[in-house]
Amino acid sequence: MLLAVLSVFVVAALAPLVVRLLGRAAGWVLGLLPLGLFGYFVRYLPAVGHGETVRETHPWMPALDAPASFYLDGLSLLFALLVTGIGALIVVYAGGYMAGSDELGRFYVQLLGFMGAMLGLVLADNILLFFIFFELTSLTSYLLIGFYHNEESSRAAARQALIVTGSGGLALLAGLLLLSQVTGTLELSQMLAMGETVRQHPYYLGIFILVCAGAFTKSAQFPFHFWLPAAMAGPTPVSAYLHSATMVKAGGFLLARLSPVLGGTAVWTGTLTVVGGFTMVLTAWLALRYTDLKQILAYTTTMVLGLLTMLLGVGTAEAVAAMVTFTVVHALYKGGLFMMAGSIDHETGTRNVRELGGLRGAMPLTAAGGLATALSMSGIPPLFGFIGKEVTYEAALHAPSGGLVLLAAGVLANGALIASGLVVGLKPFFGERSGALTRDPHEAPASMWLGPAVLGTLGLAFGVYPALIDHTLLQSAQAGILQESHDLHLALWHGLTPAFFASLATFALGFGLFFAWDRLQPSIAMAGLGRVFGNGPGAVFERGLYGLSRTGHQVTRAIQTGQFRWYLFAIFSSVIVLVGGALLAEATITLPSSIGEARYYEVALAVLIVLSALAAVRANDRFVAILALSIGGYSVALLYLLFGAPDLAMTQFSVETLSLILLVIVLIHLPGIEGTEPLSRRIRDALVATGVGAVFTVIMSITLTMPLDLRVSEYLASNSYTEAQGHNIVNVILVDFRGLDTMGEITVLTMAAIGVFVLMRMPSIRKPALQPSGDGQPADPEVAGVSAPDAEATGPAEAP
Amino acid sequence: MELILAVVSGCLFAASFYLLMRRNLLRFVIGIIILGNAVNLLIFTMGRLTRAQPPVIPYDAKIPPEPYANPLPQALILTAIVISFGLLAFTLVLIYRNYTVGRTMDADGLDQAEPNESLDVYEDEKRLPA
Repeated sequence: MLLAVLSVFVVAALAPLVVRLLGRAAGWVLGLLPLGLFGYFVRYLPAVGHGETVRETHPWMPALDAPASFYLDGLSLLFALLVTGIGALIVVYAGGYMAGSDELGRFYVQLLGFMGAMLGLVLADNILLFFIFFELTSLTSYLLIGFYHNEESSRAAARQALIVTGSGGLALLAGLLLLSQVTGTLELSQMLAMGETVRQHPYYLGIFILVCAGAFTKSAQFPFHFWLPAAMAGPTPVSAYLHSATMVKAGGFLLARLSPVLGGTAVWTGTLTVVGGFTMVLTAWLALRYTDLKQILAYTTTMVLGLLTMLLGVGTAEAVAAMVTFTVVHALYKGGLFMMAGSIDHETGTRNVRELGGLRGAMPLTAAGGLATALSMSGIPPLFGFIGKEVTYEAALHAPSGGLVLLAAGVLANGALIASGLVVGLKPFFGERSGALTRDPHEAPASMWLGPAVLGTLGLAFGVYPALIDHTLLQSAQAGILQESHDLHLALWHGLTPAFFASLATFALGFGLFFAWDRLQPSIAMAGLGRVFGNGPGAVFERGLYGLSRTGHQVTRAIQTGQFRWYLFAIFSSVIVLVGGALLAEATITLPSSIGEARYYEVALAVLIVLSALAAVRANDRFVAILALSIGGYSVALLYLLFGAPDLAMTQFSVETLSLILLVIVLIHLPGIEGTEPLSRRIRDALVATGVGAVFTVIMSITLTMPLDLRVSEYLASNSYTEAQGHNIVNVILVDFRGLDTMGEITVLTMAAIGVFVLMRMPSIRKPALQPSGDGQPADPEVAGVSAPDAEATGPAEAP
Repeated sequence: MELILAVVSGCLFAASFYLLMRRNLLRFVIGIIILGNAVNLLIFTMGRLTRAQPPVIPYDAKIPPEPYANPLPQALILTAIVISFGLLAFTLVLIYRNYTVGRTMDADGLDQAEPNESLDVYEDEKRLPA
């Protein structure tokens, strides 16, 4: 099975080459791969049909004890056959649909990648592998939906699908990991037998919610149903594949696969039945609102997905039988109908049913295939869809509770489905054409009518002779979901059962809706329904998405004001709150008991330093401020001198003098510092500044009570002469012990000097003062000022 | 005396931080200069004060006679003083340069280099088609 999955990816990588070599025939050749895989999986049918399962492991991540394991039972076989069988038809169809496109190679890479991911998903046994394939389907479908990437709507739809299904996938990962914690295994096949353990576990509800989040987003259940109709922005072969056999069924597959583990509880039954049933009825009626063939079909897909979810929720043997039956029914007709819709679009240039009509003469083969699949969708006997509907009704009627409600919901939804099926299947081919077509319609090429024809024939064959699959494929799939074997027997005629009468009621409703469709579709009620439930959730999603980036933008703007003062204010306030708060919270703060010995001239110097700083703060004249600064600086130098640091004093004296000169030179060219800011702001800043200063003082005082570790100082002092031959210890430290530091210091000074030099020598561009202008217009004088020399320079050269 | 210098250092920090938060860029520069002194005093005080000998070894000795001033903070401060001067020179020229180009000494005018409303998040109309 590993080879089967890998082969798809290998061929996907080779697809562009095949397209280049074979051109138009590429689709037929590439279609051989899924066809071959279909044959490969059919070979398993007899064995699996008898209840056998196949497990295959390959070493993958031994450190995590995670082998690449695959598991084939009835359920995965059913899906593998759908993926490969319908996949073969889609690959061939795409060759015709996109014939002549330059992008066919790229398309095949993505389509086959998608197929490989889907095949891996249904076959994977290891949950990590399962998750990787699950996300790979999200990723490849993102590429496929956004295939026409130069259209805004395609990109938006693709992004929507990726975010919805991708985030659901993340929830699923969490759920799966919890599940593996509870069961102690990474293998799905081993979990299947541990349902009782999981359902008793306190994590059960969390696991259930997370798994549901993954499945409902993937399967487009309300309120996540909006991404699926939007996903029709992709090329039609993608829609056909996505809707019939793959992507959206992945959610159903997930729930079906885990139903032996998680199913059977009240919360499972309640959630799946209600969400599925509501999605089913809602989207079935939404489908009647639209005139675009693909959009009608898209909404009926979500209707079916709702039905499948609901049946899994009911969970009886009959319901599961109905679920697997309807999975096949739907795959057959929906694949065919989407291909038909694509062919019509391809040949006429429109998908609007109101413009289409009377095409049966021009496109007889497409019409035949489309009609057969559409009638199956409408559940008209003797097609397979009729059987699907009957077993659904039987299952609903015999549900443990609420059977009549489920039946009523089923009739309501199926009635709308019949009408949609007839609209899609009849209107394009019969009646009069009302719109002027841009192209002269003629029959689609063989590659394009083949799909609907094959699928329509199968729908008819299975309907007339359900024994072809019911005992083998469907029964084993049912056994795979239930983990116990039941006899599954399908027949067209069940006798005059309640389900039969429900079918009659459905037909009455469906045909009534079909004949009323011309008036119903544009009605105000339907428009309202479409606006609230059709576009509403998607619009809410989009608004939320933009709201998120807008909020992020605003938050960033609120924090990053671009004002340095504000950043400092925030930092200082944080220091006060965090450091000061921590100091206050610390109960055992000890401050020095006395100020120690202090001589009067030392105290006088200290007071002078503080006063000069105060004067520099208060000064409204720049030169007064500089003077105050210098007094403070020289006082500090004197302090150094008093406390045994003559080197510091000398350096401080020289630097202070140099600074004074530099300041005076520069300040002559600058305006004054006159002008005051609002009093409230000054008080606020003064409070904050004083607070931080107090915090610093307190920290220093606390540090002073602690013993000082002098080992480094003593080492330096005692080795200064013996090791470095120097008498001045400070100098020895600078040039010897910490010589590299000093070199760094010199480098910094050099860089500063170079910076100063460059800044002074740069050619001076004078700009007018930048006004904060609200209109966002560039300041014209500035533009003129900058570009004028260029214009002069280039002007003469271009003149002759 | 250490406690007094701790208070002095705290006062210098407060004065410096107040000036750093002013709109006028020259006041900002004054704040930077005071900040340098505040930090140096902090380091100096934390190394403890002695009125005794500077850390110098007499010519006839191999180790300094006790007591002597702590040499390590002195070495650190010596570096710091010089670096502060480099910083002052560069800041001052930068502000001067900014003034010659923009004719402003307003700190709030410096955010002109940052685009304010450039993010294209208001594209409401680029929604999915109905």
